[in-house]
Amino acid sequence: MSAAPATLPRWVDLALLPLLNLALALAITALLMLATGNDPIVALTALAVGSLGSADAIGYTLYYATNMAFTGLAVAVAFQGGLFNIGAEGQATMAGLGVALVALNLEALPAALLVPMAMLGGAGLGAGCAAIPGWLQARRGSHIVITTIMFNFLAASLLVYLVVNVLIAPGSMSPETRRFAAAADLPLLSSLGLPSSAPVNLALLLALLAAAAVWLLVWRTPWGYGLRVMGQSTEVARYAGIDQERTTILVMALSGALASGVAVNELLGAQHRLLLGFTGGYGFTGIAVALMGHNHPAGVLLAALLFGALTQGGAELAFEVPDVPSEIVVLIQGLVILFAGALGNMLRPALLRVMGRAGR
Amino acid sequence: MEILDAVLPPLAATLRLATPLLLAALAGMVSERAGIIDVGLEGKMLVGAFAAAAVASATGHAVPGLLAGVMAACLLGLVHAYACVTLRGSQVVSGMAINIIASGLTATLALSWFRLGGQTPPLPPDARFLPLVLPGTEALADIPVLGRVYGTLIGGQTALVYLALALVPLSAYVLGRTRFGLRLRACGEHPAAVDTAGISVARLRYAAVLIASVLCGVAGASIATAQGAGFQRDMTAGRGYIALAAMILGGWRPWPILLACLAFGVLDAVAIRLQGVELPGVGQFPVQAVQALPYLLTVILLAGFVGRTVPPRASGLPYIKER
Amino acid sequence: MPPDTVAPAIELRGIDKRFGMVQACRGVDLVVRRGEIHGIVGENGAGKSTLMAILHGFYQADAGDILVHGTPAIIRDSRDAIRLGIEMVHQHFMLVDRLTVLENVLLGAEGGARLAPGAARAVAELARLGDAYGMRVDPHAHIEDLPVGAQQRVEILKALYRGAEILILDEPTGVLTPQEADDLFRVLRALRDRGCTVLLITHKLREIMAVTDRVSVMRAGRMVAHRDTAATSVAELGELMIGRRLAAPPPRPAPRSGPALLEARGLTVRDAAGMERVKGIDLVLRGGEVLGIAGVAGNGQGELLEALAGMRIPSAGEIRLHGRVVFPGRGFNPAALRRQGFAHVPEDRLRSGLLRQASAADTAILGYQNDPAYRGRLGLLSPDGITAHGARLMRDHDVRPGDPALRSALLSGGNQQKLILAREIERDPAVLLVGQPTRGVDIGGIDAIHQRLLACRAAGKAVLVVSVELDEILALADRILVMFEGRFMGELTAAEASEQRLGLLMTGVTQDALT
Repeated sequence: MSAAPATLPRWVDLALLPLLNLALALAITALLMLATGNDPIVALTALAVGSLGSADAIGYTLYYATNMAFTGLAVAVAFQGGLFNIGAEGQATMAGLGVALVALNLEALPAALLVPMAMLGGAGLGAGCAAIPGWLQARRGSHIVITTIMFNFLAASLLVYLVVNVLIAPGSMSPETRRFAAAADLPLLSSLGLPSSAPVNLALLLALLAAAAVWLLVWRTPWGYGLRVMGQSTEVARYAGIDQERTTILVMALSGALASGVAVNELLGAQHRLLLGFTGGYGFTGIAVALMGHNHPAGVLLAALLFGALTQGGAELAFEVPDVPSEIVVLIQGLVILFAGALGNMLRPALLRVMGRAGR
Repeated sequence: MEILDAVLPPLAATLRLATPLLLAALAGMVSERAGIIDVGLEGKMLVGAFAAAAVASATGHAVPGLLAGVMAACLLGLVHAYACVTLRGSQVVSGMAINIIASGLTATLALSWFRLGGQTPPLPPDARFLPLVLPGTEALADIPVLGRVYGTLIGGQTALVYLALALVPLSAYVLGRTRFGLRLRACGEHPAAVDTAGISVARLRYAAVLIASVLCGVAGASIATAQGAGFQRDMTAGRGYIALAAMILGGWRPWPILLACLAFGVLDAVAIRLQGVELPGVGQFPVQAVQALPYLLTVILLAGFVGRTVPPRASGLPYIKER
Repeated sequence: MPPDTVAPAIELRGIDKRFGMVQACRGVDLVVRRGEIHGIVGENGAGKSTLMAILHGFYQADAGDILVHGTPAIIRDSRDAIRLGIEMVHQHFMLVDRLTVLENVLLGAEGGARLAPGAARAVAELARLGDAYGMRVDPHAHIEDLPVGAQQRVEILKALYRGAEILILDEPTGVLTPQEADDLFRVLRALRDRGCTVLLITHKLREIMAVTDRVSVMRAGRMVAHRDTAATSVAELGELMIGRRLAAPPPRPAPRSGPALLEARGLTVRDAAGMERVKGIDLVLRGGEVLGIAGVAGNGQGELLEALAGMRIPSAGEIRLHGRVVFPGRGFNPAALRRQGFAHVPEDRLRSGLLRQASAADTAILGYQNDPAYRGRLGLLSPDGITAHGARLMRDHDVRPGDPALRSALLSGGNQQKLILAREIERDPAVLLVGQPTRGVDIGGIDAIHQRLLACRAAGKAVLVVSVELDEILALADRILVMFEGRFMGELTAAEASEQRLGLLMTGVTQDALT
């Protein structure tokens, strides 16, 4: 188009725009509350206090944020290679199966072996569930968006079948397995001195490590350089001799392995059994987290913290204001995806104009 | 007679279950034929279902509900079109955002308005689309086979079922034989050719997205006020994605899409029938396997192991005039 | 009617158009008389295509007036242009591949909400036009099944069907064989004789001389001259286009024929659609020489270059590098070839050679990212090292501005090409493949790039240049292979070559017939 390829200052792109997008999402949510006869100030206060107002609240915020950091990283790393992984939900589901199969079948092992093995089992199934769409994209040209969507449903069906018909605890009425052996429990941070009753656990530290590892891999290795080249242009990648099939399959496997962190945090850290629906939509929240975090690990961590706070605050809000359900947080997430992702070009021209004027 | 008893009810159920799929799949087809990928079928159906149930419950009539469902879906459609056409944003991201917004919005509004834990009140018969008794049903009732077929399969469906079925030949005609259809097809393949022919690409794409929204609204209304009797949280339950699968399996063409939707409808009807049935040697029938079949078939087709589907060439790409 | 008393078909006054930093047209004036074939020549980037896009409503001018048949006209979009009887045949055809000829012709001129009545009329009209101008096509054929020449005829028929009075053709012969080009010119003359006004945009002076009545010359966004074709010459137009006298290529020392570094035998290459585009060719490239491959665009040169560079797997044949077989064999890919002293400047640098959104420093390691030179602590990539390398490369090769943090897309075409060339010759490769070395490069840059390539030759490297510009081939190559429909029509030495001889070979006349 005729517009000059103008760029915004980095701080605007990285900080101001995401905050504006969040503000817009909150503003629309507030309007909705007004329209339904609720006081948005009361609600937003409840949201803030509920997420950050006490040690327990902060603990839960971190616990939710852990899940979102994992799925956010999963979506972001695939995005760097130009691949849109909508399947983090299904990958986390399969990872849960892997975690449970190891935890239930090798429970004689000591904790130092059992926990890593269970994590590996989860990462393996998660990676596999992502690598197949990756392979289909690389070798057969199947659109990865569609195949990962389909895999979400395939994974969910498989989990339902196995839990309901095969893995269900004998005599249990609800669809869940028996409790894992205590050796498979990830230590809670409260046991390490955090004054919180929340199930925030060692998986949080794993998420931070994973973010650092993703950053090193994508921005500091030749493989990551090749991944980013592929994300910018497959034609340039072909010229540069980057093995795109391999890179696609590997990055999807990595993405699925990252998504498996949800299973680790939820099943080994908090629930200690495999149950239906433990993924709780975190795979989709990961899209919002990645978009808001500019597909960069540091941004993903910040965005995960924000969405973790929203989730925890939303639960409290539903408790405080009976007419507002916790699903309002889902609405806010969706609005952030809309503003940060799809409508990303809406604020940009206006900001450019403002910046241009200020700069002169 | 016993065969009829065994066959007719599942077939009638198939038609009923296939209807929202068919409407949504045709919606996806219209949108993608113009070059806009619509991952947000699910979300638009969901708001359509909620608005239809809410208004039907408030007014006590089904038709105002239907109109409300259509309008609600169109509002989301406008957001999608604005994001994808005007701002040239990512179509997949916009569609996902719409799905998530729809899920959160309907749950929030349902609780705030009706205070029934996220549902609308159960709808009385007047507020629903009821099976129609076709003229002559009684006269034919005594004729052995035909009477039963006419009464329970051909007749005995809601108006929305007939509407959805009628849309198949209609959309085939519009796509293939009319000015609008020609422009739509060209727009999804090579928008610059449409632009240089003096036709507005943006206007065509807006029109396509809105038509798709109308169909999604009807689909949602059919779920909440014809199949069901009120709104429940996330009641579309992935039908939007199955519709996407049907659209792909149908190769973006109306008649094959009908076939795919009917096939999925059969699977759905069979799954409902076989729930809890014990099979010799297998134990309880794995209903999930049948339910997963549409997704599996789509993956296999997309992988090119059976046949090959070619989407409209420009679908998913924002139209930008190049220098 | 004498031409002067009739209002001109088109008159442009003071047209300005700017794209960001680039002033594409400045103060352009143009008068096109009714019923003439008017040529517009200029180098790549001179502003011809932008001007015509303004005339056709694809862009709007920032300033200036357009008069059509003497009346001021506002052309906001293609619809306005079509209403004024202005139609354009674009360089990249505006045809929908999966639709039929008929559907493409009808698009935008359907004549009613239902297609059937309009379609019946169009079939009859297409037959009439086809007979009148000698360009019959089957209206029910799908575009994707038609050869390029026939597709272009569909574009012209489409324009005529909509009642074009003024027909603009943008570089119409770039994809045509010379015979097809002759056919096209015949059609254009027939159109003129029936009162149609034709605007022909090209950078090929031969075509201007062959078919136009008058010609206007553009240079760097300005209109620099208008001439009657009969009263001018290729030499004069060439000088006007470039803004200086065409210098004879500088004398070069005779090639030192070194060892055969790159050899291909019976090489056959298919394109993505499975079409055989290179049909069993042989070639030998020696150290210390420049081998030129000439030909009309689309005769398989692109596929040949990609195959030699490892980007495309040949379907048959053998490739040797330094005498060793690299194809068929494992590890035939661009990365492996680069490690064996092989370098490649791609034909389409924007599509393939450049990371547009990344910094110039990142672009400067593209393809060589595995080089330990860019590693720092723990074997990780070192951003400082990459930036320093980029800065040095830009300084040594006069890439301006020399800021390694600048986004690659913001460099001018010439500087982008210099950066890519710098990256490729930095590691002192034995074999260098270059596609379209100066496409879209400004005149100053052309010279610098040509000097670089000749320096590589002097240093004993084997250089292969693929170019559609005959001037460039003649300026650089010691030996010239002419490619036509996937085959070499003949080989000429620099001494034997002339534009005429090359031109004939490019038309598919074999060398035997020449002698």
